[in-house]
Formats: sequence, C-alpha cells, structure tokens
Amino acid sequence: MSDTDGPDANEASDDGSGWFEARPSGTADGDVGTESDDAAAAARVRDGSAAAPADWPARAVEAGFAGDADEYYDRLNAATTRATREAVRERERADDAQLIHAVRAMDDCERVANELAERAVEWAGSLFDEVDPGVEGVRAIAAREPESEVERRAVSVAERAAELDDERAALAETIGRIAPAVAPNLTEMAGAELAARLIALAGGLEPLAKKPSGTVQVLGAEDALFAHLSGRAPSPKHGIIYTHEFVRGTRPEDRGSAARAFAGKLSLAARADHYAGERRERLHDDLRERMATIRARADEDGAGDAVGDDAGAETEAVTDDE
Amino acid sequence: MSDSALPDGVERREIEGERRLATRGKPVYGEPTTDSWRAWDPERSKLGGMLELGLETGLVGGETVLYLGAASGTTVSHVADFGGPTYAVEFAPRPARDLLDAAEPRDRLFPLLKDARKPETYAHVVESDVDAVIQDVATRGQAEVAVRNARFLADDGRLLLAIKARSEDVTAEPADVFEGALDRLREAYEILETRRLDRFHEDHLGVVATPR
Repeated sequence: MSDTDGPDANEASDDGSGWFEARPSGTADGDVGTESDDAAAAARVRDGSAAAPADWPARAVEAGFAGDADEYYDRLNAATTRATREAVRERERADDAQLIHAVRAMDDCERVANELAERAVEWAGSLFDEVDPGVEGVRAIAAREPESEVERRAVSVAERAAELDDERAALAETIGRIAPAVAPNLTEMAGAELAARLIALAGGLEPLAKKPSGTVQVLGAEDALFAHLSGRAPSPKHGIIYTHEFVRGTRPEDRGSAARAFAGKLSLAARADHYAGERRERLHDDLRERMATIRARADEDGAGDAVGDDAGAETEAVTDDE
Repeated sequence: MSDSALPDGVERREIEGERRLATRGKPVYGEPTTDSWRAWDPERSKLGGMLELGLETGLVGGETVLYLGAASGTTVSHVADFGGPTYAVEFAPRPARDLLDAAEPRDRLFPLLKDARKPETYAHVVESDVDAVIQDVATRGQAEVAVRNARFLADDGRLLLAIKARSEDVTAEPADVFEGALDRLREAYEILETRRLDRFHEDHLGVVATPR
C-alpha cells in the first residue's frame, strides 16, 4: 500500500487526456482502416493513465470522436473488450519460470544488501558519530555529505546497499503482481512470496503440483529431513511454510497438525492452479475451517492430539467442486 | 417485502419454485432463469446479499457504475442488467477471461484488467461523477482502495462496499478489523449504513457510504 503513487506514477502519458485522445502519429497514416485505429485505441486503454477522471463521454463528443454518448459507449465497449482480451492473453502467458527468477533474485538482493549494509555501517561508525545498524542506518549514512576521500567511499558503499534494498522491494512488488496470475489459489492461500518460494523450491508449478503434501510440508527443510533419514534427528514438522501465520501463529504443540493440514491444502491449491487454473472457493473455506478446529484445541487445552483426524481432508479430490 | 429498496430492473421473481432476486439478461454462470429473468444468488454475490438484507443502497436503476473487483463477472453482470454504463475493474487475468464472456452480450459493460489500488491507470477511461462505486476486492487495505477511488464518485453518489475481514487479517476479530476499516473510510466518506452480511457471507461487512 505504501507504493509511491505520486506524480511519478503517471509519467509522460499523463497530460489529462482520455483514452480516445492523443492519437500517436505513427499509426495515423497508412490505411484509414478501422483495424489500426482499434488497435491503437485498445493500446491506449491498456497503457494510458490520467491523474483524475473527467467527463470523458462529453469530451469525446466535443472532440468529434463520437457523434453522441451512445456511439461513444459503443466504441468504448469495443476498445475495452479488445484491450482486456489482449492483456489477459499476455498475462496468462506469464509463467512460473519468471516467478522463480524473481524470487531468487530477491533473496540475492536481500542477502547482499545486508552484507554490504553491515560493512558500510562498520566503516561509517569509524568516521561519523551516531550510526545506526541495519538498512535504516545505511540510508542515514547515504544521505550524508561526505567531506573527504574516505568518507565519500563509505557513503557510496552505503548508497549501494540502500539501492540493493530498493531493488529487493521492487522485486517483491513484481512477485506480488505475477504470482496471482501464475498460481491464483496458491497465492491466495499462502501469500505471493511464500507461493513463489514453494514454486521455486519445487522447481516449477508442475513439479509442485505433483509432489505429495508430505513433501510440500518439509520443502525448505531439506537439511533436517536428510538428518532425519540418516537416523540422526527427529522428522522436521515444517519447512518454508513455517513463515506463514497459520503455522507460526499456532501454539508449538499443535504446529505439526497445522503444518500438515496447511501443506495438504497447499498441494491441492497447486494442483488446482496447474491443472485447472481457476479459483476454488471451497479449498480456502475448508482450510479456514480446519485451522479453526486446530486452534480451538488451545482453548480446550489438554484435549489430546487426535491423530489422523484430518486424513479425510487431505485425500479429498482436487476436482471436488467441478 | 422491502421491495421499495430494490432498484428498477431488480425484482423478486418466482424461479424454480422460490421467490428470488432476479435481473433480466443473458445467463452468465449457469444460474436458473425464468422468462429471461436470471436468479441473483445472494450467497454468491455480496451486493445481492446487501439487497436481500434490505440495505438502503440508494440504487434506483440506470446508474453509471464503477465496479471494483469484478472477478468472473457474477455480480457485475447483474449490475449491468439494471444499471447504465458499468465499468468493471478486475486485477487477475484468469477471472477476467470469464468477465469478458459476461461482457460479450452486454454492450454497456466495460471490462478493464487493472489494479484497483492504482486508479490513475484507469482514470483516462472511467468517467468522473459516477453514481455508484461498488467494491468487492479481497485484498488487504480494502478501505484504502475505496478512499483512492472516491475521486470517481459524484458528490451525491454512493459507495457500496463489502469488507472481507479475513482479507485484512485472518487471526484478528472481524469486529476489530471492521472498526479499523471504517475509521480509514471516514477520511473520505460519510458512512450511512453498515450491516453484517453473515447470513450469506461469513465475516463480511456491508457498507453504504457517500463522499464527504
């Protein structure tokens, strides 16, 4: 929500004109045919912007774009339908491979930003008074006016760290944008970042859809899993899904159940996303209900862990509401 | 019944042996129909639920509407049936594909694949002073979305909003979530009426508001 939607959000095209105005000169010549006109109008619907709405129908009639409001709406209908159809087709082509690159790049940016921030803070601490640690501290350092060769370098390193952190934030935003297109159910259930991480850990949406939920449950806990398999440790209860509120927010003695139930629904969500691609309200309702039951145990307290009580929920067919 | 509160073009009709809310138009999602009247299921539609519960929506029929969170077009198709020009904003491509199908036979329904959190990306298409903004988006910051889109609404227009508590915070008490959302809303709107939609939609609050 804190995205910078100031004047910079609307860039060049924002001259207060409607979608029917400001025809690009490139497409005006050539055939006066409706095809290129329609295409240009659709492109303006898709890519244009304006700081504020206006009485477009009246403006369009005034400008001679349409004879009356009715004609305007007819043309608007044609343009929005075409623009949306094209955008949908393109966006649906957004694939899981892009999501994997984005989430890995985000992790790299975060790791390097932290490392560089640590160095910058340590260096700056020897040059300036009152240097705070972390990325916030680095931003304060970057804002300083350096007064010597060494200070200039230290401040510059701090700037790089801050920029890397900006890049991480931009990548997170991109992930939030494309994850719902790639995996709508998984994203709704897990949030964009966790959905992207699960897909990345599995190596794609299809491989994730094919994994049993027990594997999804411990994705990201491979070290612990192999330690367990070689007999050195107890089995891990959860992998990366620990980052989700459903698991982390559940009291420790119920976390195993919560992780198991959550992983079960996540794998169903991944299957729905890969094989069907549409939203399944039932899945989300079932999970909420299941989590409520598990959390209710904390209230009852000492009711004992009912083993296997969610087996039915986990073997439920993906196509149940089709 | 409280039929006086229903807009023109929405009626209670006998469909498959039940009296149900209905609008006239081409079926969209396999809903039952009688004599070209399509049943409007309040359990599938927040706005349908609000009308069924008798909220004073201020809708009279024929208005220009900006609909945020159109999804597959279930509700917005009914709105286009009784309303005037209807702008339908949806962010996710997959449901937008179904929205296109719903818009196909409705020449005053304009589908837009846009992010409702960024009104400037569709302000060059959506006209000013619309009569109603109807919002049903399932993201965090639902009140914020409503505030940002207040710029489209006429001074005497209506905001019809369904707030989903679980989209804001799955663990918090819905009542607390609603209170927080209403506080944010009051910065741009005067709240006229609120009603829990639990009979049809669990942990949802229906809100009718007008710009301040």
